Amino acid sequence: MAYDPGSDVIEVVRHPPRNAAASTYRIFGETLRGMKTTLARVVEGPLTIQYPEEKTPVYPRFRGRHKLHRFEDSGLEKCVGCSLCAAACPADCIRVVSAENSPETRISAGERYAAVYEINLSRCIFCGYCEIACPFDAITMGHDYEMSDYTRSDLIFTKEMLLAEPLERTPLRTEGE
Amino acid sequence: MSTIAAVSYFEPWWIQIVKAILIFAVIFGVLPILTVYERKLLGRFQHRYGPNRVGPYGLMQPLAEIVKFARKEAFRPTTSVGFLFHLAPALSILTAVGGLALIPWGGVQNILGTNVGLYGIDVSVGPLYVFALGGISFYGILLGGWASGSKYSFLGSMRAAAQLISYEVSQGLALVGVLITAQTLSLTGIVNAQRGIWYFIPQLCGFLIFMVASFAETNRAPFDLVEADAELVGGYFTEYGGTPFVAYLFAEYVNMMVVSAMAATLFLGGWLLPFGIHPPGWVDPFVVVAKMMIFMTLFIWIRATLPRLRYDQLMSFGWKILLPLATLNLLVTAIIVVA
Repeated sequence: MAYDPGSDVIEVVRHPPRNAAASTYRIFGETLRGMKTTLARVVEGPLTIQYPEEKTPVYPRFRGRHKLHRFEDSGLEKCVGCSLCAAACPADCIRVVSAENSPETRISAGERYAAVYEINLSRCIFCGYCEIACPFDAITMGHDYEMSDYTRSDLIFTKEMLLAEPLERTPLRTEGE
Repeated sequence: MSTIAAVSYFEPWWIQIVKAILIFAVIFGVLPILTVYERKLLGRFQHRYGPNRVGPYGLMQPLAEIVKFARKEAFRPTTSVGFLFHLAPALSILTAVGGLALIPWGGVQNILGTNVGLYGIDVSVGPLYVFALGGISFYGILLGGWASGSKYSFLGSMRAAAQLISYEVSQGLALVGVLITAQTLSLTGIVNAQRGIWYFIPQLCGFLIFMVASFAETNRAPFDLVEADAELVGGYFTEYGGTPFVAYLFAEYVNMMVVSAMAATLFLGGWLLPFGIHPPGWVDPFVVVAKMMIFMTLFIWIRATLPRLRYDQLMSFGWKILLPLATLNLLVTAIIVVA
């Protein structure tokens, strides 16, 4: 026995009724409905965020430009120049040259310190692996994303630049937002 | 002596010249602001602000753009027909500006002891003059598309020819209803005939037909098949850049203004105010401008709302719905007026 779809058959309406009066009425009626819809958008007002003046707040976990940290009490650098961040970096943009601390000039809390610490931000992919790799939480990802510059060499951030208290140019989302 | 176009009020020649310059200067001063108005309003319709960076509220945007356009290199495709290629935009803008002369901004007023009609010229064949100019303005589009020597421009201008001619018929027929009711062809006469009731009420059908046909006549959405950017790159002005392009752009806006003014004059009582309010004479032009702004806003509103029609839909709508409706409207009006 052939398959009988029964009540599952739906009548397909390929086009609205074709007569002039109904078409005209439909054209004007639907036009008015559309105009109501667009006018409602005007009433709602613009949703644009006026970027340079007004910024979308970022989430706390947002990965922006790196920061190097010091101990708050002693003022010593947390980085001990172990180069684990450089090893973890998939873009190979971190360069660390370590040196021994001496009793006269003590720079970091550990045995050694980073004499050179450079991040080439034009290569960095902001994956945050350096932050994970760091055993002393010396490097973390900040929230700043406005880092464009005119020359490539200006994008190589040195240790002093990364240690400096950054200008917080990015608003942070508050809890529950 | 019979005249073909009797002017209903004669003024000294120097007043004519002053009026012509004044109308031209004011319209071309307002035109750039109108482009900003369109873009800002269109932005609001799409949840955004539109231009707001150059100058206060972005009002200097057209100035920046005109400077940019004027500094562009003048070039033309090697396949183009030089003379016609340069003539076409000029033709387009000249006919558009010619239409401005007809807009009645007010009646005859006594200014500093001289009687001055607040219009460019009041000919006894007003609407025919506008249609004649509209007929010539097709050449601007047609020649521009053909002389560019580009397939897409040519397609655009072919569409323009078919679309503009078919919709001009309906527009004209819708207008005849008003002319029969007013029993005059002078635009100031038509306004004065509307002292009792504005014609958009007795001529509602004619008004709607006129408005729809006007959208097609000015190449505005949803009838902008002529410049359908998605299919034809830009239609007839694809190959134009710099100042000739601005000429086409301004011609479109001037045409919009003329059509808005015509609609305001023929159906919305020109400079008259409802409820028997009779303001002093100097208010008249502002009333006309306010009514024009209503239509301008409508043009933009429709552009933000409706998608472009398919070409066969456009044609069948024009010939199968609009034209019979306009004819019917004309017949019914004629029977009522005569009976």
